[in-house]
Amino acid sequence: MARVVVDVMLKPEILDPQGRAVQGALGRLGLTGVQDVRQGKQFIIDIEGTLEGDRYELMHTLAEELLSNPVIENYSMRVVDDEQ
Amino acid sequence: MIPRVGVVTFPGSLDDRDAARAVRIAGGEAVALWHGDDDLMKVDAVVLPGGFSYGDYLRCGAIARFAPVMHAIVDAAKGGLPVLGICNGFQILCESHLLPGALTRNDSLHFICRDQELRIEDTSSMWTADFEAGQEILIPLKNGEGGYVADEATLDMLEGEGRVIARYLGLNPNGSRRDIAGIRNERGNVVGLMPHPEHAVEDLTGPTTDGLPFFTSVLNSLVGAS
Repeated sequence: MARVVVDVMLKPEILDPQGRAVQGALGRLGLTGVQDVRQGKQFIIDIEGTLEGDRYELMHTLAEELLSNPVIENYSMRVVDDEQ
Repeated sequence: MIPRVGVVTFPGSLDDRDAARAVRIAGGEAVALWHGDDDLMKVDAVVLPGGFSYGDYLRCGAIARFAPVMHAIVDAAKGGLPVLGICNGFQILCESHLLPGALTRNDSLHFICRDQELRIEDTSSMWTADFEAGQEILIPLKNGEGGYVADEATLDMLEGEGRVIARYLGLNPNGSRRDIAGIRNERGNVVGLMPHPEHAVEDLTGPTTDGLPFFTSVLNSLVGAS
């Protein structure tokens, strides 16, 4: 079993109004000094077998083309718990 | 010749009936297209209606992009088929890369529903030819993720090539860059628009009938070309 973790974040130059709202709430709840909050998504994908070769490449492609929108988002992908 | 205009229904589409009605009021034949079919039923144009396809899960339009009907529409649009994406349809066109940029959460975080003034900036597209350049119109706007974004180079390119087809007048409702309400592709057959012209085609139910020219434009373009 392989576990793939894909994190998707809005690009730095894209306004994140949700993050800004969370930032406001943190301040109202007493956390001082919050400089910035960015909100993103995390996908945890469990796949049979190991993720190698073509399947690894396909996972990368789908992380870029389905799980994220490269116009506004960056993604990072890592494989954890991969039993070789 | 009465042009046949397909209106796609995805799971979660809301405005497909109004879009079909607008097509009929404009003088066309509305043809229902289903997301799961890749058969475009020999239509002459396609409207991607508003709503919340696939519940807006993942990102608005991100899953609809991969529907079988979209594969057929993307191919046909590249060959010149007129396609109008309204609201969620605009989001689907951006996710499909038929149009550049993306639509993001309104900067206010509020869902906005109001009648919106627009200025028609470009009348060279197949969906805006019946307007006068600079014409100001009032049609409904309703979106939660309608903020148009693209990098500066793309925005400059759209402006430089006259591909911004409509701009918001007055208060920018959603944080769209450069007040952009709608854009077209280079060829002018594909248009994406965030506000809803299909809700402004009859005095009885709309604030105006200012939305009607979007539909008559494409019908006249098609009849003129045949």
